Amino acid sequence: MRARLATSPAQLQPAQGSVTLRCMIAELQSVCVDIGERRILHDIDLAIPEQTIVAAIGASGSGKSTLLRLLNGLQTATSGTVLRNGQPLAAESLRDVRFRTGYALQQIALLPHMSVRSNIELPMKIAGRDPAAIATRVIALSQRMQLTESQLSRYPSELSGGQQQRAGICRALALAPELLLLDEAFSGLDAITRSDTHAQFLDMRNDEINSCLLVTHDLAEARRLADYFVILSDGRIVRQGPKDEVLADPQDAYAARLIEQCL
Amino acid sequence: MPVSRFIIAVLLVLGAHSGHGADAVTVGSKNFTESYLLAEIAAQLLESRGYRVDRKPGLGGTKICYDALIRGEIDIYPEYTGTIKSAILNAGPEADLDTELEQIGLQTYSPPGFNNTYVLAIRESVARSGNLTSISDLKRADRLRVAVSHEFRARNDGWDALAAHYGLSLPVRSIEHGLAYKALTDGSIDITDAYSTDGELARANLTLLKDDLGFFPRYDAVWLGRDNLPDDAAAVLALLEGRIDEQRMQSLNALAVMDKQPIASVAARFLRESGLVEDTGADTKASPIIDDLIGNTLRHIQLTLVALIAASTIGVMLAMVVQPMPRASSALLYVCSLIQTIPSIALLALMIPLFGIGWLPAVIALFLYALLPVVRATLTAFNAIEPDHLTVATALGMTNSERRRHVLVPLAMPHIIAGLRVAAVISIGTATLAAFIGAGGLGQPIVTGLALNDTNLILQGALPAAALAVLTDLLFDFAERRLVPAHLRQKR
Repeated sequence: MRARLATSPAQLQPAQGSVTLRCMIAELQSVCVDIGERRILHDIDLAIPEQTIVAAIGASGSGKSTLLRLLNGLQTATSGTVLRNGQPLAAESLRDVRFRTGYALQQIALLPHMSVRSNIELPMKIAGRDPAAIATRVIALSQRMQLTESQLSRYPSELSGGQQQRAGICRALALAPELLLLDEAFSGLDAITRSDTHAQFLDMRNDEINSCLLVTHDLAEARRLADYFVILSDGRIVRQGPKDEVLADPQDAYAARLIEQCL
Repeated sequence: MPVSRFIIAVLLVLGAHSGHGADAVTVGSKNFTESYLLAEIAAQLLESRGYRVDRKPGLGGTKICYDALIRGEIDIYPEYTGTIKSAILNAGPEADLDTELEQIGLQTYSPPGFNNTYVLAIRESVARSGNLTSISDLKRADRLRVAVSHEFRARNDGWDALAAHYGLSLPVRSIEHGLAYKALTDGSIDITDAYSTDGELARANLTLLKDDLGFFPRYDAVWLGRDNLPDDAAAVLALLEGRIDEQRMQSLNALAVMDKQPIASVAARFLRESGLVEDTGADTKASPIIDDLIGNTLRHIQLTLVALIAASTIGVMLAMVVQPMPRASSALLYVCSLIQTIPSIALLALMIPLFGIGWLPAVIALFLYALLPVVRATLTAFNAIEPDHLTVATALGMTNSERRRHVLVPLAMPHIIAGLRVAAVISIGTATLAAFIGAGGLGQPIVTGLALNDTNLILQGALPAAALAVLTDLLFDFAERRLVPAHLRQKR
């Protein structure tokens, strides 16, 4: 544990106080996940503090999506502990935890039978926000994400991939979550659209985005967006640490190859 | 309170008019001309003596009439002694009818006076060229095309027994009795079974083959009824005793079948001519076609609509419940498919011991038929939903019921509507068969028309039914356009 804390992302922001008092938005302690006979994740330790963008990087099948899904209870741990704000995830608090967690994935998964606006409104309706507040929030978010009024009133399938992706992020941010989970959310976009979306993401990180776990197979994307790297291979974390430290000193052979490829 | 006073006045008037209101008599009939006529004659006679009569005409066969009688759905219907012995009691010709019927709470009432036995009718030209005069002569003729009614084919005293009795080996097919004479005159068949009082026999060019070896038992017409028929009602039926002989019945049948006179008019004319009912001039007029049409259509819509609403709610709910369990899903689909394979008329007949005749069993049978398309469509719809959409719904913190309302049901809706559409069109078609168990609807003129060989009457049922099916399809098309966004519509 001590060794892990020594390189924890908390140290990136010394201004925010001592390590021990910092509240972790999410923590995984010695978590293993088995699916059927197979062990998908081995003994994972990870802490995500406030105001931190963590990138989980690895090849497909490395377990990074499973890792992400542990944090909003879409996946349950076979052993070990999942903590949100210091509290273990429990069935009775799951709905509340999910309200505090934004989720967007590569396939976007905007619901095809409702307008883009209704899609963005949906989490707030489920959480029981009042209609006036919902309307204000939709306007604020869609302006930040550069979605026009007419795009809002169309069906998702009538929008371009990039527009759908931005709408998906609006939906994930609708309830101003303390933790945003992005599962390859920028994959599948063309290079220019992707770069624009990255810029919008960075623009939002100081006000709209608190902490974020970003799952990606693309090291360049991770470099641009994240503060802290977690490198996964075959269900194990082979290296984690502040971005610059990991880039400068990969320590692990797989991590080194990954970084080499990108530079 | 003028309203309640008005209601009381109406009730009093109705009460005064209904006569023996408490013991209304329900008269059934099978779906052939003579049975319609005899039932209508009894009904009009009873009405003329102040009884309220419920008519259940055109029930589709002996078993359906018998079951209806046992369950008290009808009080009397015209039957034949030979049929009672062989088809109802499964007894030989020597059995004592009255004793055996008494044991099952039934009895026969006053025979009208004719023996309507089976005869074999052959085209006159064929008979002459082959010199065929008796059933025994058929042994010499092996090229003849025999087609007998479904009932005669299956009866214990039907074709098989006849063929064995006479040593015949002619191949035989089944044909709807209402079509047999047409097939005979068209020359598409040579021989069929007929009833000795059939109106066509008098007028078509047909020869009756002599039953030279005495195979056919007597089929004396009687009223078969429950043994608790009020004495005075039985006395009214007794007025008909011995009034109708074979020739009389043949001519009454001919009036209905050949001259296309409405059953009610033929019955009224007979009662008038026999001096049993005075000429009122009012009851002989047949109700205008348009009234029947509207009534039958509304009834048809009601039958299908109730069945469809039940099938869609229960079907969708069942599918929702079993959807997460693949084994239960396939079990449910299996059961629904099994029901679908039961021929409609058989399913209707199966309903009678459980629910009697009329509206309820028809609706239940239609409901069972509509279930498969609804359940299959709903299950397909749920299984076709993108797992990512469900994942997102869960990740948004939705409860199960919120997930159903916001994601599952709306995404499944296009499939479900398509399934309902199929179910609706199937139900409209199948509901025409409901007339066989006295449920009315557009099948009524079809069944009667088949019995009377009256194409007009058949079309009065078939055309509106077809129109209804097309209209329903268009209605669903419209609903789909309104309810389902274009990109989610089922490609067809």
